[in-house]
Amino acid sequence: MTMTDAATPANTVLGKRRLRKEDPALLTGEAKYTNDLNIPGALHLAVLRSPYAHARILSVDVSAALAMPGVVAAYSGADLVPLWAGPMPCAWPVTADMKNPAHSPLAVAKAAYVGDGVACVLATSDAAARDALEAIDVAYEPLPAVVDLEDALSDRVVIHDELGTNKSYTWDLKCEGAEGQVDRAFAEAAYTVSEHYVHQRLIPMAMEPRAVAAVPQPFGGDITLYSSTQVPHILKVMTAITLGIPEHQLRVVAPTVGGGFGAKLNVYAEELLCTALARKHKVPVRWNEERTENTQATIHGRAQRQHIELAADADGKLTAVRVRLLADMGAYLQLVTPGIPILGAFLYAGVYDLPVAYDFSCTSVFTTLTPTDAYRGAGRPEATYAIERAMDALASKIGIDPLELRKRNFIRKEQFPYLAFSGLTYDSGDHELAADKACELADYTGLRARQQAQNVEGATKRLGIGISSYFEMCGLAPSRVLASLNYSAGGWEAATVRVLPTNKIQVVTGTAPHGQGHETAWSMIVAEKMGVDPDDVDVLHSDTAIAPLGLDTYGSRSLPVGGVAVAMACDKVIDKAKKIAAHQLEANEDDLEFVAGSFSVKGSPDKAMPLAAIAFEAFTAHNLPDGLEPNLEAQVTYDPPNFSWPFGTHICVVEVDTETGDVEVLTYVAVDDCGNQVNPLIVDGQVHGGVVQGLAQALYEEAVFDEDGQPKATNLAEYLVPAASDVPSITLGHTITPSPTNPLGVKGIGEAGTIGAAPAVINAIVDALSGLGVTDMPMPASPQTVWKTIQSAQGAMK
Amino acid sequence: MIPAAFDYVRAESAEHAISLIGQHGEDAKFIAGGHSLLPMMKLRMAQPSVLVDIGRLADLSYIRDAGDHIAIGALTRHMDVEKSSILAEHVPLLAHAASHVGDPQVRHRGTIGGSIAHSDSASDLPATTLALGATYIAQGPNGTREIAAADFFQGFFTTSLEPDEMLTEIRVPKMNGAGWSFQKFNRRAQDWAIVGVAAWRRGNDSGVGLVNMGSTPVLATSVASAISSGASVADAAELAAADADPQKDLNASVEYRVHLAKVLVRRALEESSK
Repeated sequence: MTMTDAATPANTVLGKRRLRKEDPALLTGEAKYTNDLNIPGALHLAVLRSPYAHARILSVDVSAALAMPGVVAAYSGADLVPLWAGPMPCAWPVTADMKNPAHSPLAVAKAAYVGDGVACVLATSDAAARDALEAIDVAYEPLPAVVDLEDALSDRVVIHDELGTNKSYTWDLKCEGAEGQVDRAFAEAAYTVSEHYVHQRLIPMAMEPRAVAAVPQPFGGDITLYSSTQVPHILKVMTAITLGIPEHQLRVVAPTVGGGFGAKLNVYAEELLCTALARKHKVPVRWNEERTENTQATIHGRAQRQHIELAADADGKLTAVRVRLLADMGAYLQLVTPGIPILGAFLYAGVYDLPVAYDFSCTSVFTTLTPTDAYRGAGRPEATYAIERAMDALASKIGIDPLELRKRNFIRKEQFPYLAFSGLTYDSGDHELAADKACELADYTGLRARQQAQNVEGATKRLGIGISSYFEMCGLAPSRVLASLNYSAGGWEAATVRVLPTNKIQVVTGTAPHGQGHETAWSMIVAEKMGVDPDDVDVLHSDTAIAPLGLDTYGSRSLPVGGVAVAMACDKVIDKAKKIAAHQLEANEDDLEFVAGSFSVKGSPDKAMPLAAIAFEAFTAHNLPDGLEPNLEAQVTYDPPNFSWPFGTHICVVEVDTETGDVEVLTYVAVDDCGNQVNPLIVDGQVHGGVVQGLAQALYEEAVFDEDGQPKATNLAEYLVPAASDVPSITLGHTITPSPTNPLGVKGIGEAGTIGAAPAVINAIVDALSGLGVTDMPMPASPQTVWKTIQSAQGAMK
Repeated sequence: MIPAAFDYVRAESAEHAISLIGQHGEDAKFIAGGHSLLPMMKLRMAQPSVLVDIGRLADLSYIRDAGDHIAIGALTRHMDVEKSSILAEHVPLLAHAASHVGDPQVRHRGTIGGSIAHSDSASDLPATTLALGATYIAQGPNGTREIAAADFFQGFFTTSLEPDEMLTEIRVPKMNGAGWSFQKFNRRAQDWAIVGVAAWRRGNDSGVGLVNMGSTPVLATSVASAISSGASVADAAELAAADADPQKDLNASVEYRVHLAKVLVRRALEESSK
C-alpha cells in the first residue's frame, strides 16, 4: 500500500497519523452495544412480519400466543392505534403535492412489503417472544406485488388505496437561465450519448443490526430510549412528536453503535413500539434485530433507474446534460426517503465545466418492497455513476481516451470558487492534479500499453482500466439551502468546550459517531488549538441528556460542521482565557500571545501563564476581571455557509476471464482530496471502507426479489458482502486543497470512496470487454452477468 | 437466529451415540462440528427434537496410512485434513480441497464425517471423496458396513445411512502420483462453490467429481470414460454435465452452470494431465 499524503507542517497534532482512542474498547469487546446493556426486568419485544409483499390483513388472533409461557402481552396493529399521536415521520416533503401514505409502526389494514410488522409480542425472554410469534394467527388476503418501477408507475396495481396512485412525486431542478438552452445544445451538438443505467437495491448491512431498549425512569414519567442509531437528537424530537411525549421527558442514548451507513439515520417502528409499550406497561422493553429481519425491516438503498443524455461540441466539451430518474421509494416514506435522489440532483455534471444547460427531473414511485432511504453517499453515488459511465460512452463515441475527455472538461483549478449551473458554488478543487496523481500511481500509460499487448484476438483474460472522477456535495448543510429543498430541519451543529479545574478538557458534541472516530479527531482539534495532549481531552456525545444540542452524523457532515464547531468553541475559550491571563499578568490583551498552551507577553516570554493556571483561576473565581463569569467554557452553534466539496479520481484495473465471466480487480488506486486532514489514518480508513462498499455494489451485492416481492437474499450467505479476502489491496493517494469556507479548511470524507468506486469498476470491466462488443455492464457484475453480457454482445456482432 | 427448543445429550462413545440415536428416534440428529446443522436450526429450517453430541469422541479423529488407502476418522476436522502430511503425500487432492472449505473458523470446527453425512451437494468434500473412489464406514447397532461413495448419496441431503447408523470412517485410495486439480468457482472466498470440480488423472484413468451440479455430488463418469477411450481433454470436458442435473439459484442459471462445468472440467483435466 502506498501512502502519499502530506501532513500540514505547521501543526503539531493535526494532520498526523494517530491511533484511534475508540479502538481498544472495540477490539477487546469491552464496548457496550445496545444489546449488551444489562436492564433488569426488561420485557422482550418480537415483531411478527408479513410473509406477503402485498396483502390485506383480514384478522389477527393473538390469543394462542398469549397462552404461551413467558408471554406478557400480544398486540395486533389495530390494537396499538391509540398509542400513536402521529404517523411514522417523513421529514422531507420534497414537493408540495408529494404523496405520502399512512404509515403506522404496525400495519393495520394492509401489509405492503415482506417484513412489514403486523403484530407483536412482549415476553420475559427473547426466545419466548419469538416462539410466541409462531402462535399468532393472521388471516391475509394476498394481493399482487408491485416490484418493477415501470409497472409501479403504470398504476396497474395501486398499493395505497387512499393515494389512488403509486407515484409519490416528480421533482424538477430549476436552473435559472437554462430554459431552451438544453434543447438548443442537443440540436447543435457534434456528439450526443443517451444512456440507461440501473442502480440495484442494496442492503446497508451494518455489522450490528438495530437494537432498542426503552427504560422508564422509576418516577416522574421520564423515559430513556437506547437505540443503535446515528441520530439520537433527531430521534428524540421525532419520537416525542409521534408518541405525544413531552420532549423534555424523553432522553435518547446511542451506546456504541456498530455501523450505520445511513440506515440508522431514521426513525423506526421498533423504536416507537419499545417506547410506547414501555410507557404502557411501565417496565423496560427491549428489542434486538436478527440478521434476516435486518435484511427486510431496515431500509434499503439505491434502487433507481437512470436515463442520462450528454451533448458535446466537436472538441468533446460538454454543452448540456439531461437526466431523468425513476426512483423506488419502497412501500412507505421513511424519514428522508423522498430526498435521497434529490441529494444527487446537482451532481449529474460531475467535475465538469458545464454551461447553464442542465435539465434534471426525478419521478418517484411506491413498490411493495422494503422502504428505501439514505445509504452511504445517498443520491451522490448514483449521480456520479451516471455521469462517469456516460463520459466513457461519450469518449468511446468520439474515439478518444476517456482520460483525455475528462481532462478537456474538468473545471480548472483557477475557476474556483466555481459558480455552477445550479446556482451552487463549489468551494475549491484541482481535478487535474488528482487525476494526474492517480494516473501516476496506477502507471496509466504503462497500463494502456500492457492492455494493447494483452487484449489480442481470442484472448480469454482481458485487461480493463476504468477511471472515475467525482465531486461530492457533503457536509450537510447550510440551513437555508435545506429550507429551499423543503427539508424539515437545519444543518447546523453544536459544540461545547469546557476546561475543567485540573486542565482536562471536556468536549460536548452534537455529532453521533458510529465508527467514524470523532473522539479521536475532536481531541486532536482541541489539542492543536489548546496546546494540550489529545489524551487529556474527553469527547462526550450521543446522549441527549449530556449533549442536548445536535443534529447528528450523516452526509459526511461531522467534521466540516461539527468539527468546525469544536474548533470555534476552542477559539471562544481561548478568548476568555486571554482576558483572565491579561488581568493576572497585568498586561494588555493585545500584547499576549497563546503558544503551546501558555499565554505570554510578546517579547517577555518569562511573563507567562499556562492554561492550567488559568483554568484553576476560572474555577475558583477569586481573581477574575470585573464582569467576567467564572469557569472556562464556551458553546458554539455553527451553520456552514456552504456544502463541502471533496473530490478525487479513482482508477480500477481488472482482468476479466471471458470464459467464466469472473472479474479480478488487479489494482485499485484512489486519490481523494478532502482538504486539510485532521487524522490521515482515519481518512485512509474511511476511503478503504468506502471503496469496498462501492466495489461491493459494482461486483457483489443485490437485494434480489422475485416477482411476488419475496426477498431472496435474506442472510449473509445470500447477500454477498465482500470480506477482506475478496477485495484488492487499495493504493491510496491524496491531494490537499483546503476548503476556503471553514476555518479548518476541511471537507467530508465518509462517503467519497463509495461515490468514486462503482463507476471506476464498471468502466474497467466495459473497457476490458470493448473489443468483444460490450458497451455496458449491469450491476452487480456477477460472473454470470458478465458471461451473459459477453454472450449477447457476441451474438449481436455475428 | 434463535433455534426452536431441543434436548441435548452427549455421547461418550460411538456405541453410546448409536444407542442414543436409536432411543430418540427419527427427530434426533447427530451433531459434530455443527457448521451445517446449527445454521439450519437457527433459521428454523431444521428443528430436531434431540441433538446427540458426538463432538468429543476423540477416538474418531485420526488419519492413518492403511496400506492401499488412507483411513480418516469421521470426526477429523477439516483443518487436520488440510494440514495432514500423510494426505499431502498420498491424497493431496483431498488435503487441498479441505483448504477450500468455508473459512478458517469453519475448518477448525467442521468435520469430514459431518460434511459427508450432511450430504450437501454444494460442499467440497463429498464430491472430492466421490471422485477419489472413497469408501465410507457406517456403524449401526449390529456392527459396521462399507458403503461405496458412489452408492452413498441418494438425493438432496439424503444418504444411504440408516437412521440408527453413524458414519465413522472415510477410506480414500492412495493417488499413487496421479495428477490432480481442484477448481472451485465462487464469488467470495468463504462461499460454497457455484460449480466445483475435483479431478485426478493417471494416464487414461481418471476421476471427476462435480460440486453443486445437482441434488447430490456428481461423479462425471462420462468424462472419465471418454478419457479412458482416448478422447482429448477438450472433447471429454464437453461431457462435463452429461451425468449432472444442475438447478438454478441466485448465482447461476442451469445454462451457466453447465457452461461453467465444461470450462472447469477442461481446466481441471488440463492441470491433472501435466
